[in-house]
Amino acid sequence: MKKLLSNFFETVKPNFEKGGKLEKFHPALDAFETFVFVPGESVKSGAHIRDGIDLKRTMIFVVIAMVPALLFGMYNIGFQHFSQTGEVVSTMGMFLFGLWKVLPMIIVSYGVGLGIEFLFAILRGHQVNEGYLVTGMLIPLIMPVDLPLWMLAVSVVFAVIIGKEVFGGTGMNILNPALTARAFLFFAYPTYMSGNTVWVADASTVDAISGETILGGLAAGKEVVTEAAAAGYGSWSPMEAFLGLIPGSVGETSTLAIILGAAFLLWTGIGSWRIMLSGLIGAAVMGLIFNAFSVNALMALPWYQHLVVGGFAFGLVFMATDPVSAAQTNKGKIIYGFLVGFFAIMIRVFNPAYPEGIMLAILLMNVFAPLIDHYVVEGNVKRRLKRMKAVKA
Amino acid sequence: MSIDIKVRRGVDIKLVGEADKVNGELSPSETCVVKPSDFHEVVPKLLVAEGDEVLAGTPLFYSKDNDRIRFTSPVSGEVAEIKRGEKRKILEIKILADKEVRYETFNPGASSELNKEKVTEALLGAGLWPMLRQRPYDVIANPDDAPKAIFISGFDSAPLAPDYDFILEGSEADFQAGIDALSHLTAGKVRLGLRADSAASKTFTEAKGVEVHTVSGPHPAGNVGIQIHHLDPINKGEVVWFINPQDVAIVGRFFNTGKYDASKTICVAGSEVNQPRYYKVISGMGLSGLLSETLKGDHLRIISGNVLTGTRIEKEGYLGYYDHMVTAIPEGDEQELFGWIAPGFNKFSTSRAFWSWLTPNKKYVLDSNMHGEKRAYVVTGQYESVLPMDIYPQQLIKAIMVGDIEAMENLGIYEVSAEDFALCEVVCTSKMDVQKTIQEGLDMIKHEMS
Repeated sequence: MKKLLSNFFETVKPNFEKGGKLEKFHPALDAFETFVFVPGESVKSGAHIRDGIDLKRTMIFVVIAMVPALLFGMYNIGFQHFSQTGEVVSTMGMFLFGLWKVLPMIIVSYGVGLGIEFLFAILRGHQVNEGYLVTGMLIPLIMPVDLPLWMLAVSVVFAVIIGKEVFGGTGMNILNPALTARAFLFFAYPTYMSGNTVWVADASTVDAISGETILGGLAAGKEVVTEAAAAGYGSWSPMEAFLGLIPGSVGETSTLAIILGAAFLLWTGIGSWRIMLSGLIGAAVMGLIFNAFSVNALMALPWYQHLVVGGFAFGLVFMATDPVSAAQTNKGKIIYGFLVGFFAIMIRVFNPAYPEGIMLAILLMNVFAPLIDHYVVEGNVKRRLKRMKAVKA
Repeated sequence: MSIDIKVRRGVDIKLVGEADKVNGELSPSETCVVKPSDFHEVVPKLLVAEGDEVLAGTPLFYSKDNDRIRFTSPVSGEVAEIKRGEKRKILEIKILADKEVRYETFNPGASSELNKEKVTEALLGAGLWPMLRQRPYDVIANPDDAPKAIFISGFDSAPLAPDYDFILEGSEADFQAGIDALSHLTAGKVRLGLRADSAASKTFTEAKGVEVHTVSGPHPAGNVGIQIHHLDPINKGEVVWFINPQDVAIVGRFFNTGKYDASKTICVAGSEVNQPRYYKVISGMGLSGLLSETLKGDHLRIISGNVLTGTRIEKEGYLGYYDHMVTAIPEGDEQELFGWIAPGFNKFSTSRAFWSWLTPNKKYVLDSNMHGEKRAYVVTGQYESVLPMDIYPQQLIKAIMVGDIEAMENLGIYEVSAEDFALCEVVCTSKMDVQKTIQEGLDMIKHEMS
């Protein structure tokens, strides 16, 4: 197998080398070849041994961490749909229904996104970076299930070009590209991204289906989270919210599945525990403050329930931790994470027109991350100057 | 009461092929070279020509920047070849060694009448001065400077590193004489770092005139730069000198005997070495005889020095001036199928993205593969976890990349050297040339300051 693949690349390679017919497409071949093989390149300068990790593996591992949320999301799409239509469908049937809805979104996201990445790599003559592997999975997971595919495609184009490539590609962007895509759609096509008809499959076309989220309901002043699970559709127990049997974006509903992914990221050392932990604390603090001064349903929502509804958990685990757009210093990460959590809940409660705060909170903190880092690093510089003064005095 | 430094960040990379504490037999090599490239930033001016007869201690060249700093022959014999490269740059001065080494005689003076000038002149004259190096910039010490301290790290924490407790066993007198001489060179202290968690050799523990500090924790705990940072950090305008413990003994031997005896003990280690052990060699010695007997195969990465900071050499290569070991590992130019998902039981990683986390005490056979392609910075926080200094490594490296001198100063460029960042380079997901960048930064700031 290895031999076969190796021979294949050796045969086609001359066409892509300098002077070959397909010279310009070398980055594309290179992307495929390095996908199959880690290059047999040995160290030319510096340390003679290197850690096994590289960006490809890192990115793939983040995608693996999203798999539980993805699979549960597929099931939940079916579950939400059929529990309202009243049809009796097996678990597998629900899953297949969701798969049928989500698969095209994933294909469009990767197809369009990687297409642009390859195009830029070919035009600029650099290697194809792995960054989109994660973004490409994130985007379908944070969208409502009924989003028209062409809108998804447009948002991907916007996110990759305006969110990333104009800054120089993976590693250079200021905002999280997946959230850029979501924010773009949210402001460009608000009726497809908010309201009470988009969060369950076919809610906008079938009258019997309501597509409201818990946060939407709370913002409208309804009592939607209750311990009495028998209260019928339109209200959920905190346990249901934790498991993810609630309406919402494709992959965001199940806090349990997200925790599985988070555990994987933390264990492998790929996700930042500092951001996740401080984000959790930030959200809890804001939640407690609102609980103490509550005057409406959203403010009264117990702080721990804030953590399991909406996209908070998903955003904190998979998007606030994006190392490129987050703060880069360890201290900065703690401050950044705390503020992400804090503002996420604040925006939720104070902005009932759009009760999902995590997206805007992360984007806001993405913008502030360099400032946070600046002050953290400045602290280090001041310590050094002070030490010098102490010696001179 | 000695000071104890606890190093918490860093990593010990456990490799197969640690040297047994046995001295191996070795037939002496016929050639020896002195490579100006071993001495960073030194532009050599030749003092000998091909065909000249030299003794051990005869100057071969001096530094263009400071003609007092001379580099002498480690052996006696005939200058066989002066190898030049592009633009007639001097690469090697090769000496055909005599069977019996004949020495220049020096008169460094009795220990009681030594003072700073005498020690300086003696070391400069016999060509031992280059053993003394300085921070900042990580270059040969400037004899006109007044260092605030001289640091000696009595142990090397790098993978497979030589054990100086073993090497210097029985060299108490030479080591002490070296300390005595060096103590004249600084108004401050001569500091000696020892491992906290193991008994050091008598040579170290019974040395007088040194301030001993102990260090615990993983590599780079043994790096002198880390110890300086924690004990007596370098501010702008300050200078600290440092010297390898074995070189201290060579200096001491010189003051005891009046001869430049460049023999030293090195270890030959690594997974591709049969019977890794210690050998007594001469600085700059040809390694072909030694390596042809001990190495397992042909397709190898042979390194003068350790796997983190050493220099790649050929099988016919020579031992570097500052190196006290030779390492041999497999050359890693094999492609790997689907490396982004393969379990990787045999891969070293500080992340747990490989199944090798199941066996934390396993000793690895690592090759020289890059394990991935170079990328822009994406992952953060990796460097911090292996650099036990109050320095922001990624920010410093970015400052160097853009050539921002002021930011480099602010972020602590005076305190670092490339070797302290070697682990950052190992763990980097984006496969950046970290050591090279730090070296460029140091050169940049040195030229800016001079």
